[in-house]
Amino acid sequence: MTTDTQAPAADAEIGKARVRKEDARLVTGQTNWTDNLTQPGMLHMAFARSPFAHARITRVDLSAARSMPGVIAVYSGADFAAEQGSLPCAWPVTPDIVIPDHPPMATEEVRYVGEAVACVVARNRYEAADAAAAIDVDYEPLPAVLDIRTALDQGSPKVHEAGNKSYEFAMTSGDVDAAFAGAPVVLERNYRQQRLIPVAMEPRAVLCAPSGDEFTLWSATQIPHVLRTMLALVTGIPEHKLRVIAPDVGGGFGSKLQVTAEEVLALLAARKLRKPVKWTESRSEGNLTVHHGRDQWQRIRIAAERDGRIRGLAVDLLADMGAYLMLVTPGVPLLGAQLFNAIYKMDAYSFRCTGVFTTKMPTDAYRGAGRPEATFAIERIMDDLAAELGVDPLELRKRNWITHEEFPYTTISGMIYDSGNYEAATARALELFGYDELRREQEQRRASGDPVQLGIGISTYTEACGLAPSRALGEGNYAAGGWEHASVRMLATGKVEVVTGSSAHGQGHETAWSQIVADKLGVPFEDVRVLHGDTLVAPKGMDTYGSRSLAVGGIAVVGACGKVVEKARVIASALLEAPPEEIEFSGGTFQARGGGGPAKTIQEIAFEAFTGHNLPDGTEPSLDAEATFDPSNLSFPHGTHLCAIEVDTETGQVTIRSYVAVDDAGVVVNPLIVEGQVHGGIAQGIGQALFEEAVYDDDGNLLTTTMADYLLPSAADLPDFVTDYTQTPATSNPLGVKGIGEAGTIASTPAVVNSIVDALRPMGVRDVTMPCTPQRVWRAIQAARGNASGGTGDAGSGKGSDGDTRSGVTHTPPDGGSAASDEGGPR
Amino acid sequence: MTRITVKVDGVSYTDDVEPRLLLVHYLREAVGKTGTPIGCDTTNCGACTVHMDGKSVKSCSVLAVQADGSEITTIEGIGNGEWHPLQSAFRAEHALQCGYCTPGMIMAAADLLRENPDPTDHEVREGLEGNLCRCTGYQNIVRAVRRAAQETREGAAS
Repeated sequence: MTTDTQAPAADAEIGKARVRKEDARLVTGQTNWTDNLTQPGMLHMAFARSPFAHARITRVDLSAARSMPGVIAVYSGADFAAEQGSLPCAWPVTPDIVIPDHPPMATEEVRYVGEAVACVVARNRYEAADAAAAIDVDYEPLPAVLDIRTALDQGSPKVHEAGNKSYEFAMTSGDVDAAFAGAPVVLERNYRQQRLIPVAMEPRAVLCAPSGDEFTLWSATQIPHVLRTMLALVTGIPEHKLRVIAPDVGGGFGSKLQVTAEEVLALLAARKLRKPVKWTESRSEGNLTVHHGRDQWQRIRIAAERDGRIRGLAVDLLADMGAYLMLVTPGVPLLGAQLFNAIYKMDAYSFRCTGVFTTKMPTDAYRGAGRPEATFAIERIMDDLAAELGVDPLELRKRNWITHEEFPYTTISGMIYDSGNYEAATARALELFGYDELRREQEQRRASGDPVQLGIGISTYTEACGLAPSRALGEGNYAAGGWEHASVRMLATGKVEVVTGSSAHGQGHETAWSQIVADKLGVPFEDVRVLHGDTLVAPKGMDTYGSRSLAVGGIAVVGACGKVVEKARVIASALLEAPPEEIEFSGGTFQARGGGGPAKTIQEIAFEAFTGHNLPDGTEPSLDAEATFDPSNLSFPHGTHLCAIEVDTETGQVTIRSYVAVDDAGVVVNPLIVEGQVHGGIAQGIGQALFEEAVYDDDGNLLTTTMADYLLPSAADLPDFVTDYTQTPATSNPLGVKGIGEAGTIASTPAVVNSIVDALRPMGVRDVTMPCTPQRVWRAIQAARGNASGGTGDAGSGKGSDGDTRSGVTHTPPDGGSAASDEGGPR
Repeated sequence: MTRITVKVDGVSYTDDVEPRLLLVHYLREAVGKTGTPIGCDTTNCGACTVHMDGKSVKSCSVLAVQADGSEITTIEGIGNGEWHPLQSAFRAEHALQCGYCTPGMIMAAADLLRENPDPTDHEVREGLEGNLCRCTGYQNIVRAVRRAAQETREGAAS
């Protein structure tokens, strides 16, 4: 085997800030959103949904709806009962997990507001909505179960017959008792991960067209391949008679990593009516019934030496599953199970998580999925530990983090971090941020009693991307594999089609994959077309989530390119009359070693492979190959985020003054795309820190059903972010790449909250419950002032006094203070 | 049903519509202008922004009958067959990811630049407050709007 030389760095596509191929259609309105699509004879579907958090359905009267103009059919759950199956949970995380039956349309009992109880299929969307409003359902209300901290109490009403506990998962590494016993410093904190709504800008939509006993289903989904398999399993329709297409998809953030009731019901209605059926959700419907994210109560304890060295960490979570377990609901909190220890070395670690049912919308993956929760808790308590010890929070981190010489490093939780350089990323971030000057200004403001205080928040995160390898996923009872597939074919004219199992919905795969192929085949970037998101076009795939596309799907593309080159080399060898091992490939050209002789471009070889006229014996015509990549490990991006925030102590208003992010996602294929992912990720993490919360009232009604109630950050709410990156190549894949899609969200939430607490710490504030609205910040200050004489700083966010009038709901905030208090914690 | 006549991207259409029909549904389903998407139904997100007689409106909150006699421009017509400077700038600055908010963002930005041809970063951020994006964090949108503004001014000066 010869060693092929890479294209000179100056010409390399990998690393180039290519503007995106996708944009041409997106900026001109030539998009194929699912709701844009029509089919001949297409009908529209609308749902009647439960107004109760928990109730028994006693009567469903469809007669009025059936008689309305344009109505083709009206169905209740009973009409689907024989065929609708149960929506899947693909991750039974423990052997004794309780996975309740989850009919796509409720038949006997509803368990969250918004659960579908009936539907209309009509000529147009207005007639469908009118008739859905005329469906008459009688309910016998049952008690709602809303607080996971009391849902496991004796005598609590039950969400399901089997009770409110879904599972308990625990792991321990090292001697945790010994680490805590006799530790000079032990801190315990209770943090709240509020419930979030993903709010992809494109609402969900599905269109199903029958053709005989075959079906094509377009859906605004991240997972056309998984969805196809699951629809087959749920409905019994044979998998080979289902084609699923994810056309242009307007964002997902995990919310479209799901097998939804509406997808199943559109399919079943289309089968019943033998007509194409479309459903598009309204935003309110979406806020109610797109799975929610986060929602944990976290108790975290840390034991340390006086010099700050961490002895042990113990984590205990209560995680709100909502009413049912959806695709990966129970696994989401466990994606953080091995990451609370983060970048730090320690002697012992324990983790426990209890999944609890409530009468609320189920939770599931939302950008970061388990890792933001873990990162928040550890980075928050590291700041508190630094304050307790009187050392700079960055210095505390340096005393504990894994140094770059120590990689690969097996963490206390058993993960093997292949590569990283926390020192380099932090040094660059400090340089960009002006850390020392900001600390000086902070001192001045504190000394002068400035009503506007300055806070500096730090987050030195790592995370884990690209769930793999498949064998390990199997050991963890995850139902799917961690591989990805690609095929690369050269056309007769030398152009290249790349088929990928990744399913982009904004990430820019068409551009990044083209860059990879351009380098690997030595063809122009413009000559590559990337096809995806259709199970007919791209029959094998595991889709896009968990920052897996580049580090798994991109590597499958590399593998397929390698096979194409090897096949082309054999053909070139025959044409150039030199043995294959003498043929070198560089810059898209094959030539015998030493140069100077005749050469063949890969396009010429492609044409030879097309005609088949002069192929060596045993060589099949056509120049193409496919490859599947199953990584040996996850990838571990990391970075240092620094946030400077101004807090008006008189109003509680916070203003982000500067934000620096230095991320290390390994080798960067397209810096423009990476920067965009980091920007958007940071914005979403800031959204959790400052603005967003799904709020249910005491009866289990969702109050944040519109974008006027559920606040997304707007352009006016955010600063410019200063971003840069270091590049420490991953060793688990040949490109050296790591994921970047979720890193910003994982890193930024604790950076922002740490900055607020840092600003207010001299006033006695130790925590502010997210979202840190002006009112909550103001209340935390007031509570701290009220407690100033007590000196414990047990003011937190104004324990017991945090009547958040934005929602009208009284939250019990986490205890911000001493280790003695149990209130607000998981148990 | 009410008869309306609306000029959309330079073409005149006359249709009988239900009085309750939203302009955005009229544009998408009667005229076929699916380049204009719907994000929220409540005027918060701005994805459905179009120009009505030269000024930006959120077409999910305008009835089709209210647009009778008016001239509508959508993302599909803003460039008059070419790419509008904002369309080019959004691509050049990577100001979009999933692209769902992009049509509305561009239409709102065009209106902003009509009123203020040389906005500061802060003015762009304030001016686009009614258009939400979940992907980009807005920074590159701000860059794109200012780039388009600069290129438009330079184009006008030359």
